Amino acid sequence: MSEAGSLVIKGGRVVDAAGERDADVIVVDGLIAAVGPGLSADRTLDAGGCIVGPGLVDLHSHLREPGKEEAETIASGARGAALGGYTAVLAMPNTTPAMDSAAVVRQVVEIGRTAPCDVYASGAITVGRNGEQLAPMAEMAALGVRIFTDDGAGVQDNGLMRRAMEYASGLGVTLAQHCEDDALCGGGHMHEGEWSARLGIPGQPAEAEELMVMRDIALARLTGCRIHFQHLSTARSVEMVRTAIASGLAVSAEATPHHFTLTHAECQSYDPIFKVNPPLRTAQDVAAVKAGLADGTIAVIATDHAPHTPETKELPFDQAPPGMLGLETALALALTELGLPIQQVLGALSWRPAEIIGVGGTHGSVAVGRAANLCVIDPEVTWTVDGAAMASRSANTPFQGRELRGKVRHTVLHGEPVVIDGQAQR
Amino acid sequence: MRHLLGVADLGGAEGIEEVMRLTDSFVEVSERAIPRVPALRGKTVAWLFYEDSTRTRLSFETAAKRLSADTMNFSVSSSSVKKGESLRDTARTIEAMGIDAIVVRHASAGAPHRIATWVDAAVVNAGDGWHEHPTQALLDIYTLRQRLGSLEGRHIAIVGDIKHSRVARSDVWAFTAMGARVTLVAPPTLLPPSLEGWPVTVSQDLDSVLSTVDAVYLLRMQHERMTEALLPSLREYTACFGLTNQRVELLRDDAWVMHPGPMNRGVEIAADVADLPRSLILDQVRNGVAVRMAVLYLLLGAGSDLVPPPATPKEDSVV
Ligand SMILES: [Zn+2]
Repeated sequence: MSEAGSLVIKGGRVVDAAGERDADVIVVDGLIAAVGPGLSADRTLDAGGCIVGPGLVDLHSHLREPGKEEAETIASGARGAALGGYTAVLAMPNTTPAMDSAAVVRQVVEIGRTAPCDVYASGAITVGRNGEQLAPMAEMAALGVRIFTDDGAGVQDNGLMRRAMEYASGLGVTLAQHCEDDALCGGGHMHEGEWSARLGIPGQPAEAEELMVMRDIALARLTGCRIHFQHLSTARSVEMVRTAIASGLAVSAEATPHHFTLTHAECQSYDPIFKVNPPLRTAQDVAAVKAGLADGTIAVIATDHAPHTPETKELPFDQAPPGMLGLETALALALTELGLPIQQVLGALSWRPAEIIGVGGTHGSVAVGRAANLCVIDPEVTWTVDGAAMASRSANTPFQGRELRGKVRHTVLHGEPVVIDGQAQR
Repeated sequence: MRHLLGVADLGGAEGIEEVMRLTDSFVEVSERAIPRVPALRGKTVAWLFYEDSTRTRLSFETAAKRLSADTMNFSVSSSSVKKGESLRDTARTIEAMGIDAIVVRHASAGAPHRIATWVDAAVVNAGDGWHEHPTQALLDIYTLRQRLGSLEGRHIAIVGDIKHSRVARSDVWAFTAMGARVTLVAPPTLLPPSLEGWPVTVSQDLDSVLSTVDAVYLLRMQHERMTEALLPSLREYTACFGLTNQRVELLRDDAWVMHPGPMNRGVEIAADVADLPRSLILDQVRNGVAVRMAVLYLLLGAGSDLVPPPATPKEDSVV
C-alpha cells in the first residue's frame, strides 16, 4: 500500500489491550507508524466521536466455498466481515469437499488472498468430517493451520477424540469442538424443553452438549492438548468450562451473539430462521452465557456465520438447515446487549481470538510497528438490521428489523481502507 | 378467526361454543334427504395433503361439498408437491388459482403456520407433525357433549403415545378450555419432554385412573416406537396401557371410550372393546363432517347472507 502514501485515522479514541487513550493513528506501508495526538498524513480518515480498535477476528465463519457458492463465497463472506469490522476470519471446514487435506486448505487460502479480510483456514479433525479416521493434520499444520475442528458435528467416538488430541498436542495446534452428542440429540431440531414439547418439534437436550464438554475436559486433562469449545450454549457448559480453567487446563471457549440474545421461545413462529446448532436455549442459559462473557470464562465472541439460501429457509422447520448470518451484526449485538466496557467487548472480538488462532502478531493490537488491521466504530449510532442489505449472498439473519446501537464506520486491512463510512471499497 | 392452525385460534370456550352451535345446525343439514346448503357457493377449498390420510381428507371434502364449495386436490400423489419443495412456492402456486381456503396436512410441525404467513387464503390445519389437529379436538368435544351435556368438571384420561400425538396436544388444550380435567396416562418415554404450562395431571397407573373418568381416550400406538427404544415390546405396552377386556370393567357404567382412529385392535384397544355400546368411535367419525362444515363456514361464510338453519338449543343436544 506504499503507493497510497501515509494515512491518518484522526480524532478517535484508541482502545486495545493496552488501554484507552484519545489519539490519532498513522499508517505507513501497511504498518502502524505512530499513535499519538495531533498527527497528520497524506490521507485522513475521520474518526471523530469514534472508537479506534484493532480489527475484529472471527473464529467461526462458514464461508461455503468450495461447494455452496449460491449461499456464500469467500469474497462475499469476507466483504460482509469487513463491513462488520473484521480483519480476519477463520473459515470452518464443512465445505464440499471438506477442508481435510492440504489441497483444499491451499485452495481456500489462495482464494482468500484477494479478499477484503484475512481468511485463515481451519482443518478437519477427521477425513470428510466423518468421525472415523484422522485427517492429515501435520500436512495442514505445515500450511499454517492452527485450529482443527469437524464443526457442524462433534467427534463422537471417545477413543478417536483422545487420539486426535494426543496427535494434535505434538503439532502444537488446538482442537475446537462443536459439542453435541448425536445419540442424544439425533433427530432434534430445537432445544428440548417447554417449547419443543408444545410445538411438537423433536428436541436436542442441553445434556447432549454438556456430555461432550465434560468428555473433552476429561480428555484435555488426559492428553494435555489445548481444546477450544465452540458456541457454548448452556449454563452447565459454562460452569464446567469455568471450573476447568480454574483447575489450570488448557481450555478456552466462545459464544455466539445469538446465544446471548435469543431464546427457544423464538421457535414458536416455526420460522427456520431461528433454527441453529446448538439450538437457541432458555433465558437462564442466555443469562449464564452473558455471565460467562462478563467474567471471562468465555473468552471469545464468535459469529458461527452460517449463510443459507432463501429456498432452504422456506422449508418446514424440521427440514430446513440450521444456521444464521452473524458477521455484520456481531459487534452491534455485543455493544447493545452485553452491557460490558468497550475494552472487554473488543477483547472478546479481537485480541483474545487472535491469540487462540495464533495471529496475535498481525491482528488484535493498535501498537506502533504492528500490522495496520483496524476498525473504527461509531458506538452511539443506531441502525436497523436488514438481511437484504447485507453483503452476504444470503439474508438469513434472525435479527431482521431489530434496532442496534454501534456500527462500523471504517475498516483498515494491512493499511488499506477496505470500508470507508460504512461502504465496502472492494 | 382468520386461520385455524391450533386450538388457541378458536378463542377459548366462547369460540368453541360457537363452533358447537354451528355444528348442531350442520348435523341437522346432514340428516336431510339432500344434505347440502349453498353457504359457500362460489368459494374454492383446496387440499394440500403432504401426508396420506384418506379419512381426514374425505371428511373435509364431504364437508366442503355439503356447503356447495368447489374443491381442488393438491395431494402429494396428484401434483408436483414433494418433500424438499419450498412450502412458499407451493402455497403461492395454489393461491394464484384463486383459492379461498387451504386445508393442510403435513408431517412437519408448523408447516400450516408457515403457509399462513405467505397467503391471503384461510388456512386450516388438518394435522401437522406432532403438533396439533384442531378439527379432531372439535369433533371430540362435540361427540362428548352429545353424551355428557357439558365438559365442565368432567374427567378425561388420554392414554398412550402423547409425545408424538397431535391429537393429544389439541385435545389437552380444547378439553381443558371447556372446563374438563385431563389426566395423561403413558410411560415416561411417551410423554413430552416437558409438561410445564400444561393444565394436566400425569399417571402411569391406568387401572386406578379408569375408575375416576367420564371418558377414556386411547391414542394409536405406532409400531415404529419399538425401534426407537421407547418401549420394550408392544405386548408389554398392551399389558400396562392397553384397554383390555379385563380393564374396561374398571370403568364406571356411564364412562365412554374414544379413539381418533385408525385403531390397532389388540394393541391399545382390545378388539371387542372398540365395539362396545360405550364406544364413541363411530360417532367421532360421523361428527367430523359437521364440525368441519362449521369450521369452513366460520372461516369463509362471514358476510354471506345465507344464514344456516336455526340452531337447536345447545342444552338439548344431549342424545
Ligand atoms: Zn458448530
